[in-house]
Amino acid sequence: MAEPFSVRDCALIAIATGQYAYTLSELRDRLEIVPPSSIYYHFWGGLLRPKFDNPEYQNDFAIWVYQGLRDKPLAERIALINPSEYHDLEGLRDELIDILEERIDESELLPWMKANQRFYFVRSQTVVFDTRVRLDTPERLGEHIPHMSLGSVFYHFIDARRRPPWGRDDFTHWVSGFGNGYAELVEQISQVDPYFISLVELRDELTYVFAEHMPGGRA
Amino acid sequence: MATLLEQYEQIVGTDVIDQLRQLAKLLGGKRIIHISSTKAGGGVAEILHRIIPLKHELGIDAVWETITGDADFFQCTKLMHNTLQGNRFDIPDYLLRHYEAVNRENAESLRGLLEEADVVFIHDPQPAAMIESMPARKGKWIWRCHIDVSSPYRPVWKYLRDFVRGYDASVWSLSEFAQRLPHPMYLIPPSIDPLSDKNIDLGPEELGKTYARWGLDPQRPIITQISRFDRFKDPLGVVRAYRLVKEFTPVQLILAGGGATDDPEGEEVFNEVKTSAGDDPDIHILLLPPDDNLTINALQRISDIILQKSTREGFGLTVTEALWKGKPVIGGDTGGIRLQVVNHHTGFLVNTPEGAALRIRYLLKRREKLEEMGQKAREFVRENFLITRHLREYLTLIFAVANETQDRIELL
Repeated sequence: MAEPFSVRDCALIAIATGQYAYTLSELRDRLEIVPPSSIYYHFWGGLLRPKFDNPEYQNDFAIWVYQGLRDKPLAERIALINPSEYHDLEGLRDELIDILEERIDESELLPWMKANQRFYFVRSQTVVFDTRVRLDTPERLGEHIPHMSLGSVFYHFIDARRRPPWGRDDFTHWVSGFGNGYAELVEQISQVDPYFISLVELRDELTYVFAEHMPGGRA
Repeated sequence: MATLLEQYEQIVGTDVIDQLRQLAKLLGGKRIIHISSTKAGGGVAEILHRIIPLKHELGIDAVWETITGDADFFQCTKLMHNTLQGNRFDIPDYLLRHYEAVNRENAESLRGLLEEADVVFIHDPQPAAMIESMPARKGKWIWRCHIDVSSPYRPVWKYLRDFVRGYDASVWSLSEFAQRLPHPMYLIPPSIDPLSDKNIDLGPEELGKTYARWGLDPQRPIITQISRFDRFKDPLGVVRAYRLVKEFTPVQLILAGGGATDDPEGEEVFNEVKTSAGDDPDIHILLLPPDDNLTINALQRISDIILQKSTREGFGLTVTEALWKGKPVIGGDTGGIRLQVVNHHTGFLVNTPEGAALRIRYLLKRREKLEEMGQKAREFVRENFLITRHLREYLTLIFAVANETQDRIELL
């Protein structure tokens, strides 16, 4: 029998690092020195900030390159980085720097071109707390998901990937402990891509996936 | 009668209020003190008047005290405020010495309260120097800067910095404002209160009276800019944009703002705008008392589109207010407006009167788009810029400051 699922919640708070960039070269240089929590914030922090149906770019770096430098090719390349694929923030940092350097090599002018706005590096601290809600079956978890705060959804589905077992969300990890009867549910949850949707949409999608697999569900 | 928390729950949802309750419970009897310069008027007082009762309802031991000072003290802090926002002039030495003396006196009278507090929030420059008189302080001291310090007059900032660097942390509204300091600089954007006179829902009768009161035609579109008569708000650019629109479509313009008693340039700009408007009966220039919040609320609600065509802006709470009322905003591409106006979603960012005119014409022609953007705008504020989010971040901050070296703080 698996341990009950402990529902936790989290709140993020942003902190100015004092580092900023006006040009692509400066962005590359600062990226080498900012703390990993800043890389995390600029890729994932946006999920706890506003999102719209069809945002042009998914992370703060791509948005700045497009809006500040008007370099669409680079914005597209950066936007394509999917942070879910990197279990380690240093790997994500390296990938981003590689892409910037590739672009810097392609153009003599671009590295020094001044953007019309600065990129400010921000980092975050996450405060995690226990809601005291305990759920003992996947069915109960499925019923509770629509009532979870967005902070809980973020903590269990996004932030979880930075904790052991690395790269996995808490829901698939916990439900997989209930044996083969839930294998399809586990598979479906793990296929939910959180990167292109808002947390409200993510909560709706998870609600749907669980409902489909429950007795009397839509499946 | 519903409690405050119940009223907010109707607006933001149960999960948001539950989260506040959970965080509050974890504070476990900590005493939190807020110190500001006044309880009457201004954005800081407005927010604290709501945040303190909310904290009490959440069971938090929170106290709000104000400092006292004479005319010279407030003259000095007014000069400080203006120079930190970029005006370039020096503050006479005797005023600075007086500022320090008044801070010492206030520290003395509040000593018992402040030395024992677990967390002390000092708001803005007026009480910032009190920390010097509190070497035996027990709790964490946090300086909350509400003003736009993106390009301060350096000699004045350097003077103030000597006090501010002694704090355990500081809080800024935007990353653009944060100055280099040897402690964590938290970023908490401001917020609006949906239950205040400025933002509360108004009935059709109230709105109907507003048309009559100001001689507006309910049948023709209204575009409005609410702001002080200040060059950085570009009211002349707004008049130009209106004229460019009027060549194609009937429209009325409202330019409404508070008086300018302490700002000689305000009067000059007001007169320039009057001259530029000429005798056009569809341009309504309204000089309103600063606390006429219900009128501002009504004017925003009867408008089709809100403009905030600033060339320089702090956060721009008038933008937040307009978005909350379901109005798309056409705003200058600057400061906090960029955080709130998302092109094609909540409005449009523009750089010229021509750009503003183009977007106004587009939205007046594409009514379905205007409605859709208005709805998105309201949801956007609901999720991000209401006072409940502000309060959550203040509570989160208390745990963050106590564990400043950790990226993840687990209160389990």
